Amino acid sequence: MSGRSLRVLALGVGFAFLYGPILWIVAFSFNEGRLVTLWSGFSTRWYGELMKNQRLVEAAGLSLLIAVASASVATVTGALAGFALARLGRFRGRGLVAAALGAVLTLPEVILGLALLLAFVSLDAWLGWPGRGAGTIVAAHATLGMAYVALVVRARLADFDRSLEEAALDLGATPPQVFLRVTLPLTLPAIGGGWLIAFMLSLDDVVLASFVAGPGATTLPMIVFSSVRLGLNPQINALATIMVGIGALAVMAGIWLLGRKERRA
Amino acid sequence: MRRLLIGLPALWLALFFGLPFALILKVSLSQAVIGQPPFTPLFANGSFQGSLANFALLLDDELYLEAILASLGLAVSSTGACLLIGYPMAWAIAGTSRRWRAPLLALVALPFVTSFLVRVYAWIGLLRPTGFLSEVLQSLGIIDGPLALVPSAFAVAIGMTYTYLPFMVLPIYASLEKIDPALAAAAADLGARPMRVFWSVTVPLSLPGALAGSLFVFVPAVGEFVVPELLGGPGTPMIGKVIWQEFFNNRDWPLASSLAVVLLVLLAAPIALSQKSQTPAARGLG
Repeated sequence: MSGRSLRVLALGVGFAFLYGPILWIVAFSFNEGRLVTLWSGFSTRWYGELMKNQRLVEAAGLSLLIAVASASVATVTGALAGFALARLGRFRGRGLVAAALGAVLTLPEVILGLALLLAFVSLDAWLGWPGRGAGTIVAAHATLGMAYVALVVRARLADFDRSLEEAALDLGATPPQVFLRVTLPLTLPAIGGGWLIAFMLSLDDVVLASFVAGPGATTLPMIVFSSVRLGLNPQINALATIMVGIGALAVMAGIWLLGRKERRA
Repeated sequence: MRRLLIGLPALWLALFFGLPFALILKVSLSQAVIGQPPFTPLFANGSFQGSLANFALLLDDELYLEAILASLGLAVSSTGACLLIGYPMAWAIAGTSRRWRAPLLALVALPFVTSFLVRVYAWIGLLRPTGFLSEVLQSLGIIDGPLALVPSAFAVAIGMTYTYLPFMVLPIYASLEKIDPALAAAAADLGARPMRVFWSVTVPLSLPGALAGSLFVFVPAVGEFVVPELLGGPGTPMIGKVIWQEFFNNRDWPLASSLAVVLLVLLAAPIALSQKSQTPAARGLG
């Protein structure tokens, strides 16, 4: 077998594995019948029923709100951490900050969820704050998202050609001007990409949310999770197709952002 | 300025990372009670009340040991399966022309941003007795009756392989891409056949990426909850699932915490190793 056909085979098998299940869901979301394994004709009725499901629509709204809020907090704290780790050289606590961010990235979510819940319950007992609800989900998701934003921003700054900043300084720009007109624009795509990652993570998370939510707040993944536990359901296929569409749009936006980086640099 | 730059993220991490983990340690030493909060205080009546009773219970009851072993076993098999599928993919992408690499990498990363729950859910439909795989195998005459693959440990391994595959491909690609093509050309000039070049030059130089990818798959897989909950039955008691049950079903927060501490100790070495490779791996993403 030639190298070329081996490559085609490797990619064919890999992508069939990655995309087969997703295509299966998308296809059956347009199935007319209630059975999710037997095709009985094209229909969009499950999308219609989805829109009529009040509980689901409300949860989707709450999830979007939490995702936007937590991604924004994560972008601020994460970008600051990324800048500090890439640019401040040695400072007290550097190792701790880097290790904590790395641990958040890799730790099983069950541990992180349990730990965060214990912290919220204790803070609540000591200070009467923050209670439990959408706010604690935002804080938990922001902590997770922050680690990803810091990682992306730090990697971008590490690849960054510093002679651009030196040139600006030589040409008489003040350090704040250099930051605003050189460093920040060149890092912006990474920051934007980080926001998108944090947004998608939040929209997708069921474990952290279940631990820290309390009885008041129910996010979309929590509802999906409890209904999936009960078995297959064509409405979930329709919902899944919509979520896949949002994910695809986010990736295209991400590629567009990174493409801008290539042109500018 | 400098203080603000580092102060805000450091404060956030102290509050939402440092404090939570200190509390997990603390609660793992206390006992469950009915009340708010549902565990005993560590200091009462001026003396230390903590004990290692939870950890003794974990050692005593075989259920917990079995869950830990099952988790490690399933994580190892999923990591192996990810390597088997992911390495050839990364190798194939690194070998295409520059124009193709970015779109192919984006295709690898795309499932990662589509809902994790949805992707696991898809496998219930595919592996059910009346599902896609069972029907295809029956119509081909390979099996006689319906095949029930869900719930099973096999389904859990497939689900985790599927979920974490992008984590494997991206770092391997990043390390393959860095290899100077002149090295392979030199080996070929010196008379090595393509297979020999692959095994003696390409594979050794890509080992750091393979190690990083394996850790990124292994660590979260050991503590995975959603996949065994949806695809595994009572026969696959993974540790993430046991922590969840102790917490939500039995409301035994101290026991759940002590299990989390055990899991943390188990994962400390692989996590520390994976820290070193995170930044290079992120460069592969950009």
